[in-house]
Amino acid sequence: MKSFQEMVELLHTKFGAMHFSQPKPTNPIPYLSLNAAKLGEVMQFLASDESCYFDHLSAISAVDNGLEANTIDLFYNLYSYPFNNSLMVQVVLNRETPTAPTLSHIWKTADWHEREAFDLFGIQFSGHPDLRRILLPADWEGHPMRKDYQQQNYYHGVKVVWEKPEDPTNQ
Amino acid sequence: MIKAVPLGMQFQAEKSGIGGLVMTNMEDLLNWARLSSLWPMGFGLACCAIEMMSTYASAYDLDRLGVLPRPSPRVSDVMIVAGTVTFKMADRVHRLYEQMPDPKYVISMGSCSNCGGPYWQHGYHVVKGVDKIIPVDVYVPGCPPRPESLIGGILKLQEKIQGKQQNQLKPLLIEKLIASQMLSS
Repeated sequence: MKSFQEMVELLHTKFGAMHFSQPKPTNPIPYLSLNAAKLGEVMQFLASDESCYFDHLSAISAVDNGLEANTIDLFYNLYSYPFNNSLMVQVVLNRETPTAPTLSHIWKTADWHEREAFDLFGIQFSGHPDLRRILLPADWEGHPMRKDYQQQNYYHGVKVVWEKPEDPTNQ
Repeated sequence: MIKAVPLGMQFQAEKSGIGGLVMTNMEDLLNWARLSSLWPMGFGLACCAIEMMSTYASAYDLDRLGVLPRPSPRVSDVMIVAGTVTFKMADRVHRLYEQMPDPKYVISMGSCSNCGGPYWQHGYHVVKGVDKIIPVDVYVPGCPPRPESLIGGILKLQEKIQGKQQNQLKPLLIEKLIASQMLSS
């Protein structure tokens, strides 16, 4: 089983350190951050390399860092069954047009995780076979987990916001 | 000496001649029939459905009140909206309600379907009360209500069908409390 530091070194020598920003080994779950353009290549390597073999994608989580930072993070949690090893990978995206390459050809499970990230954060996954909303209705407006999300007033003629009821003592 | 009586004649021989006649009007008779076999549609939306299922089960035994869950809206009399009604589900709930034959009744079970419950402020996806979609007869407060509360709601609905209870049973005091807290914060 490779340690986190060993995996970072392996990836740096394989793909070049310029594609990676400073890894965070002291985080409760250590993670490495890489350029979105290299994501597909690096993940394919991590999934198939004999010394890593991350055959399971546990989760894709998105984080909206708000208007000031103007970035959206994607966190990929990988797990290797043969090595009982896990790795977290971060990709930082531009908040205006967040686009990441799809990983659904590497892990089938990425399909629905990416649909969820698209549904709630509006992240586009280039090359995704079927990028539709997965939780919300197809005709929903906006992406609710965005920090600047404004909920719509009506959905199918029903008011969305809660209204103060009439005073029952008047009845 | 006991004479042998033909089988059909025994009943006549034992007839007491007391009572056996009930006077009523057609409407009361029909309402009595309706309230004695309230068949709810068998569906649940969230954790309230777990309480509803335990109410159906042997410990609380809802079928002693003539309440049997039915698998189709076409043969159901009452819809127990047990759980959080999301906007995605709202269209389906409305359609199911329309598929039920008249006379039909609705019990709103739990805070979520009464008024949006814990999702009243930040729940962009939750309908703030199922009464925005379909008319509700009885509101059962609780989060989730205990089986006793649901049974109480069914008894209230029976009273309503009998014509004893005219007013709407919406727990407006709870909503007023939420509103006053919202104003003060």
